[in-house]
This record gives sequence, structure tokens and C-alpha cells, in this order.
Amino acid sequence: MYVQHLSVADFRSWPRADVAFEPGASVFVGSNGQGKTNLLEAIGYLATLSSHRVASDGPLIRAGANQAVVQAAVVQGGRQLVIEVVLTPGKANKAKLNRSPVPRPRDILGGLRTVLFAPEDLAIVRGDPSERRRFLDEVLVQRTPRLAGVRADYDRVLKQRAALLKSAGAARRSGGSGDLRTLDVWDGHLADHGAVLLAARMELVDALRPYAEEAYSRIAPEVRPNATASPFGLRYVSSIDGALPRDEGGASDASNIPDVTVLSAMLLSELARVRPQELERGVTLIGPHRDDLDLSLNDLPLRGYASHGEGWSAALALRLACFDLLSSDGAEPVLILDDVFAELDTARRDQLASIAAKAEQVLISSAVVGDVPAQLVGARYDVADGEVRRVR
Amino acid sequence: MYEGAVQDLIDELGRLPGVGPKSAQRIAFHILATDTADVERLAAILRRVKADVRFCRICGNVAEADECRICRDPRRDLTVICVVEEPKDVVAIERTREFRGRYHVLGGAISPIDGVGPDDLRVRELLQRLSDGTVTELILATDPNLEGEATATYLARLIKPMGVTVSRLASGLPVGGDLEYADEVTLGRAFSGRRTVD
Ligand SMILES: Nc1ncnc2c1ncn2[C@@H]1O[C@H](COP(=O)(O)OP(=O)(O)O)[C@@H](O)[C@H]1O
Ligand SMILES: [Mg+2]
Ligand SMILES: [Zn+2]
Repeated sequence: MYVQHLSVADFRSWPRADVAFEPGASVFVGSNGQGKTNLLEAIGYLATLSSHRVASDGPLIRAGANQAVVQAAVVQGGRQLVIEVVLTPGKANKAKLNRSPVPRPRDILGGLRTVLFAPEDLAIVRGDPSERRRFLDEVLVQRTPRLAGVRADYDRVLKQRAALLKSAGAARRSGGSGDLRTLDVWDGHLADHGAVLLAARMELVDALRPYAEEAYSRIAPEVRPNATASPFGLRYVSSIDGALPRDEGGASDASNIPDVTVLSAMLLSELARVRPQELERGVTLIGPHRDDLDLSLNDLPLRGYASHGEGWSAALALRLACFDLLSSDGAEPVLILDDVFAELDTARRDQLASIAAKAEQVLISSAVVGDVPAQLVGARYDVADGEVRRVR
Repeated sequence: MYEGAVQDLIDELGRLPGVGPKSAQRIAFHILATDTADVERLAAILRRVKADVRFCRICGNVAEADECRICRDPRRDLTVICVVEEPKDVVAIERTREFRGRYHVLGGAISPIDGVGPDDLRVRELLQRLSDGTVTELILATDPNLEGEATATYLARLIKPMGVTVSRLASGLPVGGDLEYADEVTLGRAFSGRRTVD
């Protein structure tokens, strides 16, 4: 799959921008702050309906503008698909596929697949669990767009449940009985949606694991204390872990992931167990919104222990694993490398270059063209003074 | 800011649901440019709506008498009640011509975020209607979104033990949406294909 054309209006720093692309490697070159990342971010947004830099849409709309438009023509198997999203802060975003409006923006998911690697990715390794959940869910919705709906419903159940826990908890503390009659109903919805999300995440981690181990060994071949086991470990940690079957290695694997109905029942019984604490604190303590992805190197947790270079290797290995996994079960995603070559040492840079050179399309940004390995300098665009100019 | 009455009108219009400041301004100037007779008619109907329209004593639908037209109609089947969130849902279901029973309008759906619990809906009135044994079937036609589903689950759990057959509209309705946005054919099909809740 490749992006043939991108056009944005009032997105980030760009009042307007139109860029035509070809398959293969394209490099955006320009000094810092010229808007290179803004363009790559726009493409990533069409694939995930989220930015790799900010959690809300507000900053994506050009200062002073009312709405932003991002549109791309994507070619897949010889067919062109035009995807468009209009972002309006404070209102529901709107989307179109081949110029016809779709009921909800998430209906465009799957039309464009991307894997974006950026300096921010170090947060997957070093940041809070929320960063790792976001990493997993971004791949999840690209791989199985239906899950975007499950996630949206799950988030809404959480909000409803939080409101109920707060009012019921407050009523109890002031001596009343608190209205708990509907809490069971929300527990049921939380367990049903949560179980689907949980099963999908566990399955995703199992699917990513072999690709991530392989990618890590390629990027950092020197870290190999024993040749049989991979030094890089991935393990999904859930709030109902105690109740889940595990193999000796501590990792769940596909054959070990319980059925969705079983997971739902487990979530329900755990919710019942922690209900007093939940009422006390007014928050939902059980469910995939509390989960994490454990990353380790030679059995030591990466978070807190890893060197800067090891952190980068792990983040890159995870992204490359996503690229390989998405390629293996559907159209090959567009690879986006935002300003990362300057961050990597020569060995990692060369490894990444040889992988990227084989991608159907790779879009790269860099302040200095010399930082980009020569084999990846295909088409070149200079970005300066609010303009994108193709120079090669 | 405009002077006096114009700004007051814009402010009032802006408080209506779905009307933003820009639309409020456009409507206000449209009213200013409209014939006096037309504006009088609008003003009169606004007054009449508040004075004459009531909510049906039985089902909670809008009515111009104590009881609505549907509840007064002797041809309607007294053994079936269809539970909906809003009066507009009654209109949508009536259009399908699939339903010959009577309605019960809850006045919303359970939504803790908005501070709406069972006591804020016409649930007690519904239980009252079920108490004499005339009604044998209850169809839950709340919206196919999270709050609608939660309301339906709550009511089903409450009412099943009373020995009434409880059913839910068949899936196929656009998920996440409002009942009123479903077209007649889809809604009609969801009605005839309703499934008993067990
Ligand atoms: N919503 C916005 N409105 C206007 N300018 C913005 C907005 N968001 C970011 N910018 C500007 O975009 C520039 C950063 O662009 P970016 O693409 O990150 O640069 P780079 O070329 O270094 O990748 C900054 O100057 C920033 O002020
Ligand atoms: Mg940048
Ligand atoms: Zn009535």
C-alpha cells in the first residue's frame, strides 16, 4: 500500500499543503520547526485517528482556524481510495471515504495502515503504562477496525461507571444507601466490552512476540548472553492476572488465552470482589484500562533498568514487529520514520535502513539529509517557509 | 453585541439544543425580516404548546388531553407494551405499522454522567401498569447505544421475575445511534425479529 497524495488544510502549521508521492523512499528535509513532522503526523492520523504526539485533537487544528482537513489518496492492489477527515474541536469529527460521508470517523480505519516510528516512542519503554496501552490499541484498531468501536464503548462504560461510583460512594459515606441498583448493569457491560478488548490485546502481544524478538536480535545483535532464548521479553499484564492460566515462562500464549465469555466472567467476579474499594475511591479498579505491557531485557524490566541505547532498540524492535505483523496479515503498511536517524547509532541506523529500503513505501523526515542512509534518499522534498518542494 | 431585544432574542435562541451562536444570529435576523403575521403565528403556537400540550397519564407520550390518541384507541392491543425513551421514538415506530399495542415513554435513558438513574425515569409508572396482569408482553425499544442497552438490561432484570415476556428489538439497527434515525424498513424488521430476553 502507498500514499499517492496528501492534502491538508489548517492542519498544525499548514494553512494548505498538497504533496504527491510515489512508492519507495521519500525524504522530507528542512530545519527544525518547518512542519515536516506535521505532514507525517497527518498521514498517521488517517491511519489511527490519533496523533503520535498529542492525546487530543485541539493542537492539530491550526491556531486561529475553526477546523482542519486531512485527505489522502491511498493505492492498494491497484485501486485508489480517498480518505478524508475533518477535525472540528468541540464537535464530532466527520469523515469521508471516496468522497461519500461515513456515519462515524472510525469507519475509515483500515483504509490506510501505517507504522510510525518517532522520538516520542522512547515513552513506550520509559513512560507510564498508558503509553504501552496506547501502543497496543493503535495496532489493534489498524489490524481489526471493529475494535475501535469496542474501545469507544468501553471508555464510555468507564465514564458512566465512574459517575455512578462517585455518587453512590458519596451517598454511602453520608449515611444513605446509595443507588447501587444499576451498578450490576454497568458491571455487565464493562465485563463484556472489557473481555473483547482484553482477549484482543493478549492475542496481539502473542502475535507480536516472535517478530519483536527477531527484530531486537537484528538491531542489537551484540546483546546475546545465551543463544537459545531471546533477550527481549514481552508480557501482557492484566488486572485479572491472578486468575489467568500461565505457562512456566510466565507468558500467556494463544492456546492459553481464555475464551471471551470466560474472560468476561472473570472480570465480573473480580469486579464483585473489589466493589467496596471501588465505592471508597470512586474508580474502576478492574479492566483493561489498568493493564500494562511488561517489557524486559534478559529478565530485567526495561523501564528503569535499560540504557538509552537499549531503550531505543526496544522501541524500534516493537515498531518493526508491528510492521512485520501488519504485513503478514493484510496490506503492507506505509512505514513512517520521523526524525529518528539522528537518534540511532551507526549499527542500528544501518539495520533500520536495510529493512526500510525493502518497504513498499517509506516516508522519512530529517533536519539534515546527511543523517539519512544513502539507500533511503529516493524522492527528496525540501520543507521551508510554509512550502513543500520536490527537488529530486 | 446587538442592542436590546435583538440580542435578547439571539441569547434565547442560543439556549435551544443544537443552536450555536452563529445559527442563533441567523435565525434572529430571519425573524426580523419575516412578515409580522408569520411571526405572530409562531409566537401563538409557542404559547399554545406550553398551555395545551400535556403528557399522557398512562404512557407519558405527548397528548392534547389527559390521555394520548394511542391510549384512547380501543383497537390497540392492551396486552403488549413497547418501552421507548422519547415521544419521537413513538412516532418512528408508528411509521413502521408493525406494532399494534401501546407504549410507555421513559423520558430518557439511564446515564450516571448526566445524573439520570431509574428514579428519574418513568419506571415506577411502568411497574404500576404491569401490576394488574393485563400486560403479558413487554418490548424494550430503547436506543441501540450504550445507555439504551443499559436501560433495557436494567428493566429486563427488574421485570422478568414478574412473569411478563420481555423482548428486545433484533440487532440490525445502526449501533450507537438513535432509534429515530433508523429507516422504517430497518426498524420494522428489528421489530418483527425481536428476541425474547432470557
Ligand atoms: N496548531 C498549530 N497551529 C500553528 N502552528 C503550529 C500548530 N502546531 C504546531 N505548530 C507549529 O509547527 C511547528 C513544528 O512543526 P514540526 O512539523 O514539528 O517541525 P519539524 O519540521 O521540525 O518536524 C512549530 O513551529 C509549531 O509552532
Ligand atoms: Mg519533526
Ligand atoms: Zn398514552
